[in-house]
Amino acid sequence: MSDTTTTASLADPAVRRELMSTVEATPGSSKPDSILNVDHITRHFGGITAVDVGHLEVQRGIITALIGPNGAGKTTFFNLITGFDRPSSAGQGAHWSFDGRTLDRTSASRVARSGMVRTFQLTKALSRMTVMDNMMLGAQNQAGENLAKCLLRPLWGGQEKQVETKALDLLDRFSLLEKRTDYAGSLSGGQRKLLEMARALMSDPKMIMLDEPMAGVNPALTQSLLGHIQSLRDDGMTVLFVEHDMHVVRHISDWVVVMAEGKIVAEGAAGEVMSNQAVIDAYLGAHHDTDLGDDALLTDETLEKLAEEVAEEDAERKEEQA
Amino acid sequence: MDDIQNILQAMMRVAVSPQTAAVAIAVIGLNIHFGYTGLLNIGQSAFMLLGAYGFAISITQGWPLVVAILMGLLVAFVFALVLGVPTLKLRGDYLAIVTISAAEIVRYVGRSVGVEWLFDLTGGAQGIPGSQYRGSFTSLSPFGSGNTTILSFNYTDVAGGSVVVRLLGWAVVIGLIWMAVRIGRGKTSLEGTGRTAAIIGISAATILLAFFLAPTGQQNTGVDGWWFTFIAWILVGISLLIVLGLTKSPWGRALRGVREDEDAMRSLGKNVFAIKMQALIIGGLFGALGGMMYVLPATVQPDSLGRSITFFAYTALLLGGAATIWGPVLGTLIFYVGRIFIIASANTYLSSDKYINIMNSQQTSQFAFILVGVALMLLVIFRPQGILGDKRELRFNV
Repeated sequence: MSDTTTTASLADPAVRRELMSTVEATPGSSKPDSILNVDHITRHFGGITAVDVGHLEVQRGIITALIGPNGAGKTTFFNLITGFDRPSSAGQGAHWSFDGRTLDRTSASRVARSGMVRTFQLTKALSRMTVMDNMMLGAQNQAGENLAKCLLRPLWGGQEKQVETKALDLLDRFSLLEKRTDYAGSLSGGQRKLLEMARALMSDPKMIMLDEPMAGVNPALTQSLLGHIQSLRDDGMTVLFVEHDMHVVRHISDWVVVMAEGKIVAEGAAGEVMSNQAVIDAYLGAHHDTDLGDDALLTDETLEKLAEEVAEEDAERKEEQA
Repeated sequence: MDDIQNILQAMMRVAVSPQTAAVAIAVIGLNIHFGYTGLLNIGQSAFMLLGAYGFAISITQGWPLVVAILMGLLVAFVFALVLGVPTLKLRGDYLAIVTISAAEIVRYVGRSVGVEWLFDLTGGAQGIPGSQYRGSFTSLSPFGSGNTTILSFNYTDVAGGSVVVRLLGWAVVIGLIWMAVRIGRGKTSLEGTGRTAAIIGISAATILLAFFLAPTGQQNTGVDGWWFTFIAWILVGISLLIVLGLTKSPWGRALRGVREDEDAMRSLGKNVFAIKMQALIIGGLFGALGGMMYVLPATVQPDSLGRSITFFAYTALLLGGAATIWGPVLGTLIFYVGRIFIIASANTYLSSDKYINIMNSQQTSQFAFILVGVALMLLVIFRPQGILGDKRELRFNV
């Protein structure tokens, strides 16, 4: 594969811009080299449709941001594609594949082993274990985790050393080296985010999925987290992350996918997608430029117009559901 | 002074009894479940009872000893699978409900008299008398017949067994135990092998000194004799070595990971169900081994391996410190010896005309349980991590 050459060059912003400029900025547009393909995933909670994604492709080697207002279904979508939840449309056309491997019926642990590792919005540090033990658990294919071999140290001692070296390297990179013998539960919220990211990297993932990596992190740490995420991309990893903070999104993402009410409403480069009408509607409501305090609007004519618009939208919605 | 010496002798007899060792093995298994993996198994007695049945029935059917032991382990293995498959995918509480019910089902099936072929095998509530299955184990004894007192050189040989010698001796014993606990909790600079060696050395010295102060005489080979004691504590040692190896390995690390957060482990690509199942089976096998050892000097009576044994095991585990290597053994010893201390003291001082007579012997036993209960409450309030546990672990809510 010519992976190494493409990914190396993707560290250059101009190359990335050029690559993505060929992509149509419409929901579900096809990418030149997609690593994750998602088709027809829906998830209902009772009568509420939390996620209803028709088609989505994620480009390899860049940072893609998944944004949307509260309750847009971003985290549910994450859970669905990482195997932590089952789509309601399972077996009825729901289909998603990662790096050429179909993941329709794959458990969360298998998804992780195939190279797509996630973090959680509420960090899941293994509190009563040391930071080092947390890291060591992230490594894949450890012979010593096999019950049949674990009593015979020679069978896994060598690998354990390698894992340890790698863990120390990563801890150093995420400036957690001094904390390595502390319990993970004693870390601050931001440090836990760092630890979780570092732990996910222990498995050498092809793609890392970060669920709100900046939530509850102080501004100084945000800067270093952003730096880490960008350096992951520059190392050739694909990053998909959920975020609320528009500054962050604009700052580091190469491509933005916008979700609202479970659907993907827009896609595009970070600079342009913000001015997309669908995005503004999703975030601010369709009538955000209507000044409700303006008496002039209280004419019959305007009210009729508004009623018409509402009726139209209702009809549209019914049509979609039918 | 004779009274005190008698109480100490009674405590010593319980401390070395093979049944105490047997419970310690079962607690070691429970520690894998609850301490390391976070599996709330409230049916450890069922693993013990099934191991005991598998063992005893095999021998009464005329099978050799080795096959009988394997049979006992096999039954526990199958039981673990049956319990684990439906419950380990669910939240932890379900395992607790299922295990306690399953343990009761096993006990009631064991004591049922309705089905004739089953009654022929288990002997109902009366159980299988030890004489029917003990023979092949007793005949292996290289110790011969007769009685032996350990140690034959004891306190009576020094200064005529004066009070001073004995008080001094027990002070040293307490000091040694305190030192071992400190080392066990990692408060000293000793690390790794040195630490283990120090603990073993101090334990050996403590045991010798205890025997010196309270010499214990028993038959060499008979029921409850030295042969049983010897094998039982050898088994405890082997179990400890296995657990030490398991928990220091990456597999043991994965167990603790599952205890902390299953979803995080899934996100790291670990097969959580498989890890929990393996832990349930390994802990269950230790339970079965403990059960076999427990019934060897006694009878396979379903009611003697009921709920109370499970609760004793939990008490011992919390007392010693969950998720520690030495905690289960230390906890079991303190629990059983402490209980006998209360019973013997109450019998001596509260139930005889020589001092105060306010209880009969049945009441002293109940009185002991009341005090044990109060002690457990105090322990959970003031030292929830147990004697050997690490207090740092409690600062984080799970």
